[in-house]
Amino acid sequence: MAQIVIKNLRKEFGAFTAVQGSSFTIEDGEFFMLLGPSGCGKTTTLRMIAGLELPTSGEVYIGGEEVGQKRASQRNIAFVFQMFALYPHMNVRRNIAYPLVSQGMRRADVARKVAEVARILGIEDILHRPVGGLSGGDRQRVALGRAIVRDPACFLMDEPLGALDAEFRERMAEELRALHDRMGTTTVYVTHDQLEAMQMGDKIVVMNHGVVEQFGRPQELYDWPATTFVADFLGSPPMNLLRFSGSVAPDATEVRVNGATIGMPALREGAGGELVLGVRPEHVHLNDASAYRGCVLAAEYLGTSQIATFDTAHGHVRVRLPASTRVAVGSVTGLDLDARTLSLFRAADGRALVSEGNEGVLCHG
Amino acid sequence: MSGYSISEPSARQKWIAGALVVGYAILTVLPLIWIIATGFKTPNDAIAYPPKVIFHPTLEGYVNLFTSRARATPDMLEKLGPPTTWYDTIVRQYDMIITGPSRYGQRFLNSVIIGFGSTFLSVFLGTIAAYAFSRFKVPLKDDLMFFILSTRMMPPIAVAIPIFLMYRALGLNDTQLGMILLYTAVNLSLSVWLLKGFIDEIPVEYEEAALIDGYTRFQAFWKVVLPQAATGIASTSIFCLIFAWNEYAFATLLTSGTAQTAPPFIPTIIGVAGKDWPAVAAGATLFLIPVMVFTILLRKHLLRGITFGAVRK
Repeated sequence: MAQIVIKNLRKEFGAFTAVQGSSFTIEDGEFFMLLGPSGCGKTTTLRMIAGLELPTSGEVYIGGEEVGQKRASQRNIAFVFQMFALYPHMNVRRNIAYPLVSQGMRRADVARKVAEVARILGIEDILHRPVGGLSGGDRQRVALGRAIVRDPACFLMDEPLGALDAEFRERMAEELRALHDRMGTTTVYVTHDQLEAMQMGDKIVVMNHGVVEQFGRPQELYDWPATTFVADFLGSPPMNLLRFSGSVAPDATEVRVNGATIGMPALREGAGGELVLGVRPEHVHLNDASAYRGCVLAAEYLGTSQIATFDTAHGHVRVRLPASTRVAVGSVTGLDLDARTLSLFRAADGRALVSEGNEGVLCHG
Repeated sequence: MSGYSISEPSARQKWIAGALVVGYAILTVLPLIWIIATGFKTPNDAIAYPPKVIFHPTLEGYVNLFTSRARATPDMLEKLGPPTTWYDTIVRQYDMIITGPSRYGQRFLNSVIIGFGSTFLSVFLGTIAAYAFSRFKVPLKDDLMFFILSTRMMPPIAVAIPIFLMYRALGLNDTQLGMILLYTAVNLSLSVWLLKGFIDEIPVEYEEAALIDGYTRFQAFWKVVLPQAATGIASTSIFCLIFAWNEYAFATLLTSGTAQTAPPFIPTIIGVAGKDWPAVAAGATLFLIPVMVFTILLRKHLLRGITFGAVRK
């Protein structure tokens, strides 16, 4: 068990910078998600924590010890690969035992540990099988078994559910989370799936172009995105981003958007020029009296709710409505934006303006 | 379900396909059968016209292959008494006596040492080089790979004269070591390219998993990569052995005495009269056996090697 601290971590591959000075802290026992689109540097960051890549500069602390330039085998970590990387020429038992054999553990102890791990994962009856014929879920369990058998300081997982069928993913996600809760080992988990990140993670760090955009608890990120990138990446459908020109004073509690006045959490800083107003689809309500109006373009029925797309002066606004609300395509109605939930961003750099709502949670890397 | 269907071939189509395969097999195997059969004919049967398909088999060819013989005068034969062994009997029909073993055994042994030695060396070096090219950042990697391949762009015999001169200066002429080095050099480009393809196919995650599990880079290579590359190593070995085993031109040029391999030796068996085809055929037949055995032993890997990339396990 260990706390992991990343300080100004940077990785260059020739002229390309994969990770540009990341810093964040993973507390002991956390299930921590590295989230971002492909090529954002999340896997490189994980591989630097593992020691499979050496950082160009910066430090990695695992359990208080600086390990940035140490070999993977000296870090006491376990890695679960996306394709599982089970040794194909060995059976399940030997795969799980392999990390112990390298430590020179006595044979009786190895057998005891493997049996224990197999019991935890419920794979006792496939120990003798070659890994080639296993189902995706069983391969995943064997990969986990190989990871937990050595009681590492932390688990590092690179999209471990990415290779599984959709139906299996949900079940394995639950199993993974349950396993983590039982063992309490710090886990760092890379994914590009925001739903998976929010569903499983204690904390999330969102990366883009090698930069940490924000990190914090899933709900903090969802409610108060620090940048327009996070606002757009989290949520399905994502936050509506309404671009407009204007200015706001520090301590303002409303913004004027094309003639309509919209209430806001009290701002702590002012800004002018191109601004972006962010509102989640579930925080827009229909109100015919509202001055902010839109024309219904389409409605997607989702069972428990529906997503209606409105054409407004600032482009399309998607609204989550109860499934029972009747919306007629082509009709024009007023839209109310929930004042307590709005975020305001500077368009130039995409950063959120500090407000009463988000001031405690804007953790940038 | 996929959008297309595959219909079962009709009995007629199957029959035609079968006939074609059998016909082609006969066509390719016929020369081989001819050689094996000739080895068991008498010299006269071997050159009979029209060719004899049915004949009385004899071991004359094999006896001639393994022995040196001399013509003996009638009184000398009388002094010797009746032949004591079955091969003596065969030789005496022609008023000959056996004066000693031929050099075939020794030439054959040279072929084994040079063939297998160079195969081992080119596959060993090729595996290491291919691993480095596949996994590490090698400066000028693409150029080096092209350079390695370019050594095969002309027939090796084109450099025969420089090699002959170099070998003479280095004292490698007519030595087993010289031939092993030469065949290794020629085969290395093939083995590096083939094996790089195989090693590229092995996901690098296996080694990374081993590195995290506490193994060194070399242990990861030895315990994880090599078992995975077994198929590639086996099929590359066969290709290398077949080349080194059958090579004729360099062997003729660079070996004459101690290190001569079987290919340049076999034609010399035919002798001054140019009649001893059965001995030549016998030599060729025996010469086929080691490559055949080697290929049969590795055939499981060879089949998987030929189709590699096409089918994922």
